[in-house]
Amino acid sequence: MVPADQGGGVMRADLLAGTIAGLDEALAAVDAFDRVLVAGLLRPQPVQAASLTQLAHAVAGTPLASRVAEAAAKAAAGAASEDHFVALAAARTAVLGSVHDALMTQVAEAIGRPGREEIVTTGGGQQAANVLAAGRSWLSDLARRGWRGLDNDMVSGSAQVVSAMLPDPALRRLATLLDGFAAELAASCPGAAAERIPARRWADLWSRGMLLTLPGAAGPPVTGTVTGRLLPLGVDLQEHPTAAQAQVYAVFEPADGTVSRLVRASVAAPKPDTVVGAGVWQLLRPHMSLLAAVSQGRSMDLTDMPVTTEGDLIWSDDHARPGQPADPFATARVALPTAADAATTPLDRHPVRIAVPVFLEGYGARKDDDTLTFTVAGHPLAVDTDRIPDAGPLTPEAVAASVACIGLLRWDAGSFNVQPLAVETTVRKKAAAVHAGGWTGGTTDKDGVKAEKAATDATSVLQERAGRLLRK
Amino acid sequence: MPDWEKSSTARVIPPARPRKLAKVPFVELADGRLQGVVSSGSDIERVYVSSVATGTYTFACSTNNNRPCGGARGSFCNHILALINEAVLQYGAGRVARYLRVEIADGEPDTQSITAGMSSTSPPHGDTRAAAPVFSRFLRHLAYLELAPTTAPLPEMQWFPPTRVVA
Repeated sequence: MVPADQGGGVMRADLLAGTIAGLDEALAAVDAFDRVLVAGLLRPQPVQAASLTQLAHAVAGTPLASRVAEAAAKAAAGAASEDHFVALAAARTAVLGSVHDALMTQVAEAIGRPGREEIVTTGGGQQAANVLAAGRSWLSDLARRGWRGLDNDMVSGSAQVVSAMLPDPALRRLATLLDGFAAELAASCPGAAAERIPARRWADLWSRGMLLTLPGAAGPPVTGTVTGRLLPLGVDLQEHPTAAQAQVYAVFEPADGTVSRLVRASVAAPKPDTVVGAGVWQLLRPHMSLLAAVSQGRSMDLTDMPVTTEGDLIWSDDHARPGQPADPFATARVALPTAADAATTPLDRHPVRIAVPVFLEGYGARKDDDTLTFTVAGHPLAVDTDRIPDAGPLTPEAVAASVACIGLLRWDAGSFNVQPLAVETTVRKKAAAVHAGGWTGGTTDKDGVKAEKAATDATSVLQERAGRLLRK
Repeated sequence: MPDWEKSSTARVIPPARPRKLAKVPFVELADGRLQGVVSSGSDIERVYVSSVATGTYTFACSTNNNRPCGGARGSFCNHILALINEAVLQYGAGRVARYLRVEIADGEPDTQSITAGMSSTSPPHGDTRAAAPVFSRFLRHLAYLELAPTTAPLPEMQWFPPTRVVA
């Protein structure tokens, strides 16, 4: 066990429990605006006007102040234009950006790793203006209707916009967001009869979508290339019915001997909703050799791999070759404590973006009902086992029985939690390391082979149907 | 548990459950209908577009070339029965029953009780106007296979964590 007073590498869980000045007020302004979107802005009531004012006050000391005040007044009168909605989305985003920054300051103190370089953003990038305007118009209509006013016709209006955007890689971020958002709205129609409304979440997706309809909002530019050794820590999977993304978290050691840094490598693809589980790995696998390296427990050697200011590698197999075996737990124990964290570009700062690689050991695990909690240095830390992908060897039971854990520190709904990426645990009375991304590159595990076979069959049926029915 | 309404990552849609696609390549709960595409048993080039409406259970079935299905006259044809069966596999019986608004008198809903619950009301035979939009939604669904993957990050996917909770 690592003694609690050792520098670097041991998380000060007590610091995560501290209160942050102004946090409750900031979130109250966000909640106020989120309630406005539940009812919609066709015929605003006095309570909605007050909520809009509350959001405007939250950004009163910022350069957004006058534009947001005007937008709030117009919206309260039921006369908001698309530009006004953009201003309100920007205000909400700015408030949550400040929440992100405050939380990240707390995280940095708790994990004690080298600091993050500030990012200065430059706008830019030309994007198809027409389809962006169509997206903005649909989102504006949503805000007028409100979540309670949703119906099928309203939601299906997004289909054309999404179909027009998806083929263009430059619009993929917005297209993927709107596609997943619309699927949830459709599943909740009619809004008037919905049992409950995920108010924070849908307002998040709405605001994010709004900002992404502005030219130049999507993505920090590639700023350089890196050459050196990539030591994977684990894989995070994200998915909605018609898209999936795998992100490999890794420590990168530059060949020139400069300080190592935390990086991510991502691969994402749109998918039919019937491609699930192992089918997702099959879809992503051919486009990033790193997925195979991860499940084989190997490092990779990179040569001139493009990288963004946020520490995202823009993966290309041409710039990577398999390296020596590298145990992620050795990487987490030895290399992670001194690796520099990447910063997030200002426009993208939101608590949902917090996903900080951490290594934990010497904790206690306690299970109440469905929730697992680690006790780290005397402080409780919730474990988000729901994020563990189904198509993999890691299970909530293995996490509950674990003695060491590589995870992502996240924050949601008012508290921090840890998402397990890999654990050292006991399997059939033997010590073993189990990884959430253990099947990314394929597997010989009996259950895994069965899942792979079923997924292959499903995809080949769809491909056969596509070949016959889709007009080329 | 954290407050669902204040969670940025609240799970809204349970993930589709894996199923064999050969017989019914496409099924969805959308536009106020259970709708989908059923492969013909005899002709590999032909598919049937079938649907059942929420609440009224008005049903329709025709080929993709808009020829009416011979089986769907007084009651559900085999294509519609197959569609219900596969919808239950993909979405779970509870979600299908809720979406179609089928009251199950006692016990948990299953394919049989959902089908019986709708058939017993002698649902009307609808027109096949929905067939064209459903078929084009199926083609759109297939087209997702042909979109290029990307290795540029999609930060917005952080809002879409997986879930192990099934429907």
